[in-house]
Amino acid sequence: MELLLDSLFNGIAIGSVLLVAALGLAIVFGLMGVINLAHGELMMLGAYTTYVTQLIFKLPILKPFYNSYIIVSIFLAFIVSGVVGILLEKTIIRKLYGSPLETLLATWGVSLILQQFVRSVPLAYGTGLVISLIIGLFLPASFPSKIKESINFKYFKFSSWIFAALTGVLTGSLISSSVSKLSRASARNVDVTAPSWMRGQVEIIGTAFPKTRLMIIIITLISVIAITLFLNQSAWGMRIRAVTQNRQMSDCLGISTEKVDIITFGIGSGLAGVAGVAVSLLGSVGPNVGGNYIVGCFMVVVLGGVGNLLGTVLASFGIGIMTDLIGAGRLLSIWPDMPLPLSNTINFFATTSMARVMIFALIVIFLQFKPTGLFPQKGRMVEN
Amino acid sequence: MRISRRILAGLATASLAVTATSCGGGGTSGSFDDTVTVGILHSLSGTMAISESTLVDTEKMAIEEINAAGGVKVGGKSYKIEYIVEDGASDWPTFAEKSKKLIDQDGVPVVFGGWTSASRKAMLPVYESKDAFLYYPIQYEAQECSNNIFYTGATPNQQSEPATDFMYKRSPAAGGDFFLVGSDYVFPRTSNTITKAQVKQLGGKVVGEDYLPLGNTEVAPIISKIKKALPEGGIIINTLNGDQNVAFFKQIQDAGITPSSGYYVMNYSIAEEEISTIGPEFLEGHYGAWNYMMSIDTPASKKFAKSFKKRWGADRVVADPQESAYNMVYLWKQAVEDAGTFDDNAVREALVGQKFDAPQGPVEVMPNHHLSQTVRIGEINAEGGFTILEETGVVLPQAWNQKHPSSKGFACDWTDPSKGEKYKL
Repeated sequence: MELLLDSLFNGIAIGSVLLVAALGLAIVFGLMGVINLAHGELMMLGAYTTYVTQLIFKLPILKPFYNSYIIVSIFLAFIVSGVVGILLEKTIIRKLYGSPLETLLATWGVSLILQQFVRSVPLAYGTGLVISLIIGLFLPASFPSKIKESINFKYFKFSSWIFAALTGVLTGSLISSSVSKLSRASARNVDVTAPSWMRGQVEIIGTAFPKTRLMIIIITLISVIAITLFLNQSAWGMRIRAVTQNRQMSDCLGISTEKVDIITFGIGSGLAGVAGVAVSLLGSVGPNVGGNYIVGCFMVVVLGGVGNLLGTVLASFGIGIMTDLIGAGRLLSIWPDMPLPLSNTINFFATTSMARVMIFALIVIFLQFKPTGLFPQKGRMVEN
Repeated sequence: MRISRRILAGLATASLAVTATSCGGGGTSGSFDDTVTVGILHSLSGTMAISESTLVDTEKMAIEEINAAGGVKVGGKSYKIEYIVEDGASDWPTFAEKSKKLIDQDGVPVVFGGWTSASRKAMLPVYESKDAFLYYPIQYEAQECSNNIFYTGATPNQQSEPATDFMYKRSPAAGGDFFLVGSDYVFPRTSNTITKAQVKQLGGKVVGEDYLPLGNTEVAPIISKIKKALPEGGIIINTLNGDQNVAFFKQIQDAGITPSSGYYVMNYSIAEEEISTIGPEFLEGHYGAWNYMMSIDTPASKKFAKSFKKRWGADRVVADPQESAYNMVYLWKQAVEDAGTFDDNAVREALVGQKFDAPQGPVEVMPNHHLSQTVRIGEINAEGGFTILEETGVVLPQAWNQKHPSSKGFACDWTDPSKGEKYKL
C-alpha cells in the first residue's frame, strides 16, 4: 500500500511538472496551431521572474513578507511571460499564421534572442524593460472609450509609450542600485531558494512527501482548473473555442479574431511563466532551462491529441507514472519473483537514461496506431 | 555627413585604444629583450564559459606575475610573455580548429587550454599530428597518455580513490553501502567503474548506480531508488555535472536524504565556485575531494587566493581547476628556462622532473606527463568552503588506472623510448 502510494505520488509529481510546462503549449499549439519553439524561453522568463522577485523581497521594506514571495511571483511570472508572448504575437507570429515552417524558424530565432538577452543584459534593466512593455501595452487600452475614439488617440498612445519607457528606465536603475546582484549581466546560473515553510517534508498517511513537489502539484491543479473554467464558462473562452473550430465563420459572426489570437497567445505564454516558477523550485535557473523542457512539452501535447486539454492532462500523468515505474524499477518490487529474463530486462531499463529511451519508444509505437493521439479532434476543421 | 564621419573617426580611435589596452599584459615593456606569444584556448561563450573563463583569468594572472618578475629567461635574453586568447565556444570541433589556428598561423610554442574530456579528445589528434604541445588543467578520468599533452589535473587515483577509501573507512557512514550517481557521459561512467572495483576490493557493496542524461533535472526516480537501496542511510558518490547538482541537492534535501539522517554525499565535481552557486545550505555536511582547496592554511595558498582576489575582485574564489591552470604556466616557464629554448621537443624533455612549490604544496612532473599531487578530503561548511579533514602525502599519478579492468597492469613513460604511451608493468 505504502509502495503504491509512493509510486503514485512520484508519478503524479513528475507528471505535474510535465503538465504545467505543457499546458501553455497545449493552448498555443493545440488550439491555435502555432509551433512555438520559444515556449521554453517563456518558461525561462517565468523562472527569472521568480529569482528577481525573491531578491526584491529580500529588501528591508519587503522583508516581513519574504515568505510569501513565491505566491506573488506566480502572478508576476504570468504577467511577464504573457506580455512578452503578446508582443511576440503582435510583431512576429501574426504575420506567419498558416505557414508552420516559417513560424518554427522564427520562434526558434526568438528563443535564441531571449536566451542571449538574459545572458548579456543585467536583470535589473531587463525588469525595467518588461515593466515598460506592460505599461505601454496596457495603458492605452485603459483610457476611456471617448479618448480612444478621438482622432488624437495616436498622440495619447505615443505619449503613454514615452511614459512607459521613462518608468521602465527609472525602475530599472532603482532596482539596479538597490539590489547589487541584479546590476551586472551574468551568464551564470542563479538559484531560487524556496521559503522555509516550503522546504522539508510533510507526512500524509504514514508516507513522507517533499513539500516543493506538493506545491508544484497544487500550482498545476489550480492552473488546469482555472484554464478549464475560463475556456468553458467565460465569454472569451467561448470565443476562443469558436475561433479554434472555424475561424472564417467566427469572423463573419463578428468575433474579433485578432483579439482572440492575442488573448489566446497571451494566456498560453502566461502559463509558460507559471511553469517557470514551478521549475525554478526544482533546479537552478539559467538561460538554457527552457530548452530542457521543450521536447517533453511537445511530446505531451502530441500524445494527448492536439487541441484537447484533457488529453494533455492524461498524457502527462501517464508519462509521469511510466517514468517512475520504469526508471525506478518499481515493477521488481511489486512482483519480486518474476522470471529471470524478464527481471533482467527490467533492470536494464531501470536507469534514468534508459527509462527515457523506453518511454520515447513506447510513444512512437502508440502513435503508429493512433497517429492523432489519445483524444483526436473531430469535426470540420480537421478535414481541411 | 560630416558629423557621421567624425563619429566614425571617434569610434575608430576608441576601438584602437581598447585593443591597445587589452594587448598590454602588464609590466614594463622596456626591460625585455624580446617577446614570446603563447596560446590560451578555453570556452568564453556557451555552456562551459562560466567555468572556463575562471581558468583564462588565472592563466592571465600567472603570465602577468611572471612578466612582473622579469619574464622568461632563455639563453641570456629575457622574454616577455604575451598571449592570444581564443574562444572554444563550448563546441568540441571548434577547439580543434582554433588549435590549428594557434599552431599554424600564430606559431605559438604552447597552448594552455581545454576543460571537458570531449574537448581534449577533439584536440588530441591536432597536437599529435603537428607535434605541438597542449597543457590541460582539469581533473579527469585518465585512461589516456599522450606525448603531446601535459595533464596537470588529478587522475582518479589522486582524487576518487582516496575519497572512496575515506568514505568506506573513516567517514560517519563508514562500512555503509554505496550508491553512485552521475551525469551520463564518459567521466562519471569511467570514474564509477573504478569506484566499483575499489569498493569490491575494500569488501563493501555498491547497491545501485544511475546516470542522469545531460540537461535533465528530473531526479525523482533516482531519489526513490536511493531510498529503496539505502533505507537506513549510506554513502552516495556524486559525479553529476554543473547545474544538475543544483537539482539533485535541492530535491534530495526535500526528500530527507541529508547528513543528519545518515546519508553522506562525496562529490568529485563540486569546488568552491560550485558551492556558492548551489548554496552552502544544501551542501553543508557533505564531502569533496580535491588537490587544492581555498582553505589550505599555508602562505603559498593564501598568497594565491589573495592575488587572485586583488586582480579580479574581492568576491571571486579560487578552486582546484584554477590552481592546476596556475601551476602549468609556471611549470612551462621553468621547463623552457631549463631547456634554454622554446623548441617543443627540448621543452618536453626538460619538463619531466620539474618541481614547483604550488599553492597546494610541492608538485613534480612525472614521466607520464602527469603531476604528483597531494589529495585532500574536505567537509563542506556553512561558509561555502571546505573544512579539510584529511591530507595524503604526495600521490603519484596513474595515467592507466590500476583498478579499471581494461588498464590494470599498464603504465606510461615518455622518458624511455621503449616504453611510451602504454606498456605492461
